[in-house]
Amino acid sequence: MVITETIAVAMSGGVDSSTVAAMLRAEGREVIGLTMQLWNQRRLAGHAGMPESVRGRCCSIDDVYDARRVAETLGIPYYVVNHEERFEREVVRPFVEEYLAGRTPIPCSLCNNHLKFDQLLVVAQQIGADKIATGHYAQIAFDEHLGRWLLKRPADRSKDQTYFLFGLTQEQLSRTLFPLGGMTKPEVRELARQHKLVIAEKPDSQEICFVPGGDYKRFLEAYLAEQGDRPADIGGEMVTTDGKVIGEHAGVHNFTVGQRKGLGVATGSPLYVIQIKNETRQVIVGKDEELYCRTLTARRVNLISCAELREPMRVAVKIRHKHQPASAMIESAGSDEVRVIFDEPQRALTPGQAAVFYDGDVVVGGGWIESAQP
Amino acid sequence: MRHVYLDNNATTPLLTEVLEAMLPYYGEHFGNASSIHHHGQETRGAVERARESVAALVGCRASEIVFTSGGTEADNLAIFGVTKAGDHIITSTIEHHAVLNACKNLAAKGCEVTYVPVDACGLIDPADVKRAIRPNTKLISIMLANNETGVVQSLAEMAKIAHETDVYFHTDAVQAAGKISLNVMQMGCDLLTISGHKIHGPQGVGALYVRKGTGLDPMLYGGSHERSRRAGTENVPGIVGLGKAAQLAAAGLEKGSDAKMAETRDRLEKELLQIEDTGLNGEGVPRVPNTTNIYFDGIDGEALVIALDLKGLAVSTGAACSSGAIEPSHVLTAMGLQQDRAKASIRFSLGKQNTQEDVDFALSIIPETVARLRSLSPVYGRARSSGLRASSVGRTPKMADHAIREAENSK
Repeated sequence: MVITETIAVAMSGGVDSSTVAAMLRAEGREVIGLTMQLWNQRRLAGHAGMPESVRGRCCSIDDVYDARRVAETLGIPYYVVNHEERFEREVVRPFVEEYLAGRTPIPCSLCNNHLKFDQLLVVAQQIGADKIATGHYAQIAFDEHLGRWLLKRPADRSKDQTYFLFGLTQEQLSRTLFPLGGMTKPEVRELARQHKLVIAEKPDSQEICFVPGGDYKRFLEAYLAEQGDRPADIGGEMVTTDGKVIGEHAGVHNFTVGQRKGLGVATGSPLYVIQIKNETRQVIVGKDEELYCRTLTARRVNLISCAELREPMRVAVKIRHKHQPASAMIESAGSDEVRVIFDEPQRALTPGQAAVFYDGDVVVGGGWIESAQP
Repeated sequence: MRHVYLDNNATTPLLTEVLEAMLPYYGEHFGNASSIHHHGQETRGAVERARESVAALVGCRASEIVFTSGGTEADNLAIFGVTKAGDHIITSTIEHHAVLNACKNLAAKGCEVTYVPVDACGLIDPADVKRAIRPNTKLISIMLANNETGVVQSLAEMAKIAHETDVYFHTDAVQAAGKISLNVMQMGCDLLTISGHKIHGPQGVGALYVRKGTGLDPMLYGGSHERSRRAGTENVPGIVGLGKAAQLAAAGLEKGSDAKMAETRDRLEKELLQIEDTGLNGEGVPRVPNTTNIYFDGIDGEALVIALDLKGLAVSTGAACSSGAIEPSHVLTAMGLQQDRAKASIRFSLGKQNTQEDVDFALSIIPETVARLRSLSPVYGRARSSGLRASSVGRTPKMADHAIREAENSK
């Protein structure tokens, strides 16, 4: 089969995307390497509490250098395209606003929806590439019977990134390749070594790319200070589930549902954050048992394996990235809303996170957790 | 795939004669130009002949030429060489970063800097320079030709102001050398920068003209090279290359190479401006004959450069920088262009090696590529229907008369 498509590979300078570029090149395809410059790592460096050093951050100057070296080794054209403005507007700002509203955001999903599989696809088309390929651990396949593009879990379950990809549309899926979907991480590294890529031994980057060291609170403070946007009075009350005020807090963004540490209140038994009420700036705390809920409402739902949910469906649902999918029934609750009713109560359903529905390996779809009911 | 290079303001290919002149100095003539023995005498001779060629290009004495590692070093040497803490410097908002960042550094060390603005066409008003002069003004640095737009300033009046007020006058002539005639006496400047790789010479070498009698502190200490103005063993092959390039540049100008270049550039420009929703940055003002900077509304300049590169045509968006930097061109911004239009601007710059066929090739792929990018852009369709032309032109307070007239006419 003659493959004439030109593929733009999203290169982060890491092992996964570098290996994808090498694999596609080895297949004889026309490959173009692209790195999206999304966040200036030096921007908040040294600000109020932020580390001075910017080494080791995803997509830092070092990573661009690595990606460029890999591209040169493979003999493919390589470009850096700047989309900092859109990234800040569609990922960073919402991230900050979600925390200030008492929710726990997932910036990686927003980045996937708006940058990696939207902006990058546009750029790829503009420069003459038919499709994009990334180093995500996931699989895409076209189902003739359903007439739809399907997103599936990868061979290496421990690296499964489908949780962050629930927002992909049919159009996006039709133009995307995930060449690593059938491989394990060790296999990928080995392949990188075989291709003699300089980054073969580079450690994986696990954190949110614009939050160095994972300390999102420090980032929020520094970003708000830089923007001159820090709300004046954001503190409020710590309240028990039966309405008793037992303490104060310095801002709802310091908490997430299920959190036990850092509550600043000491009672006899362990207390957990049960709910965050942004309108009254209250953080509701209670016992572990109170964290369990059976129902959740997901909004802005994107369906992949089917066009609509005409009748209730049995699926397995993940409510956060590190969560065992739990058996549940999902049913349509509005034009883009889905109600999820778990067989067993689940712990710490967190507004702002995503609920992603699986039918075996197939991603049925997913939405953003709006609220939970016992 | 055919490759056409239209980014000569970023760098130029060596002319054959330049490479041929340099090669022996990478081979058998390797001596240190300061050595006493014949190896040194040989290369010393070559360096001094090159110096004479460079001096002839700018109309000065050979002893007034200091060889450096390039335009950036020469700019830095001029700026740091005549100033000290407490001095005031006048420069412009459109200078190359070598000048801007050197001035920024001076400001951090106790100097004051005034940045005179440009009008919508990229011209500086000498009256602004005059108004900025203070008792402690030590240096005025204004570039002769801008690297992004090619716009040429009329420096004579500004140099006159400098001399009347006993202020040094420096000009970064990197983009002007070889394209227009230079004469430091006529221009009235005390310091002038040129760069080898912009005149079909090698990278890594440049020169600073330093008028006799100018008190210049060196930046590099060591041996007494360059009359103790710039220490370091001479880059003989580089200097020889610069000398040869200077000689060829002068000869070319004498034969009218600039007029011929302008013709070729004008044809490219005229055809490109036929494309809808385009315009010239630097319209109606003097420019060097090889440069045209055109905006293509509704597209992302970065994407256009990449798309053209993949088709074999090399151009750029303003200054050369590969890190994906976010700031739109400071030059276009200083001229009052809105961000979208600044980001949609492409610089085409010809070199001696470019032919009519090169222009034909460019014209065969640019329009269709622009059209494709526009068809893929959700922004372009919307902007067109809401009156693109009127809305996206931004103006600075200072406007040249013809620019005002043009704006009135287009309403």
